Amino acid sequence: MGAMNWGSVDAFLDMGGYGLFVWGSYGVAVLCVAIELLALKARARRLGASAPGEAR
Amino acid sequence: MGQVLSTPDIGLAEGSARGEWWLRYAAPQAFFPLAGRLIPYFALLAVLFALCGLYVGFFAAPTDFQQGESYRIIFLHVPAAWMSMFLYVVMALWGAAGFVLNTRLSGMMASAIAPTGAMFTFLALWSGALWGKPTWGTWWVWDARLTSELILLFLYVGFIALKASIDDPRRADRAGAVLALVGVINVPIIYFSVQWWNTLHQGASVSLTRSPQMAATMLWGMLLMAAAAWMYSIAVCLARVRLIIREREREMAWMRELGESRTWAQ
Repeated sequence: MGAMNWGSVDAFLDMGGYGLFVWGSYGVAVLCVAIELLALKARARRLGASAPGEAR
Repeated sequence: MGQVLSTPDIGLAEGSARGEWWLRYAAPQAFFPLAGRLIPYFALLAVLFALCGLYVGFFAAPTDFQQGESYRIIFLHVPAAWMSMFLYVVMALWGAAGFVLNTRLSGMMASAIAPTGAMFTFLALWSGALWGKPTWGTWWVWDARLTSELILLFLYVGFIALKASIDDPRRADRAGAVLALVGVINVPIIYFSVQWWNTLHQGASVSLTRSPQMAATMLWGMLLMAAAAWMYSIAVCLARVRLIIREREREMAWMRELGESRTWAQ
């Protein structure tokens, strides 16, 4: 526990040759979360900042 | 204003009178401020769990002796797949609750859950494809586990499309609930598919009946990421249901008063 797996940033990004697959997975996950949060924000904006219920 | 906020749904006054205090929150006007207060806590927990989970997954968990580093997709794949099934069951339960209790909030909750469930289903399929390529040599096979998970994605998309196609919100809620309840049969099929059929997909790594077939740090990374997915889902679904409440009930007296009180306060 706690031992660093990676000697360098390059090694970390390379993921033992599986970088494309590992980062392709996590990258798209981050993208999906970002899209979902932005969509919620846009939906709130469509309702209008001064619309009823804006207060938390 | 306090008067308006505490007005329960018709039919729920009974429940409140019997001392079932929680039924009060089945009314949108009572649930709305509660959800708003809870969101920041769940969002914070989601970030904390995700940071811990990613740390354990990438820095504490050792390299897999068979799969090398490609196995690290597990910390995304398994929590996403769990969440995709779990959210569908919750969505169907809200649909059932809508039939039994006839509460407005039930249909709104089901609508709020669907997009997040679809997102996790897509992520489970996507990360699965990117994991399948290096380990199985193929992005996709039409085996039971993968196909039933793809059907789950179609069920979510179908649910969203069906609700969007019906103008009357209460009718849309009922139609959506029927689809959600019929489709819930797919969830045990996904879960047990690796036992019932001969599939390329491996069996469950974590089971309630036997000790996990993986290193402790790997298991912890997965559980932390699963906790993050839970907290994220709760925060996002609460935020979305608040928007749905605002959209649907903006003409109602309690919402107007809430808006006015806000305007007056400023």
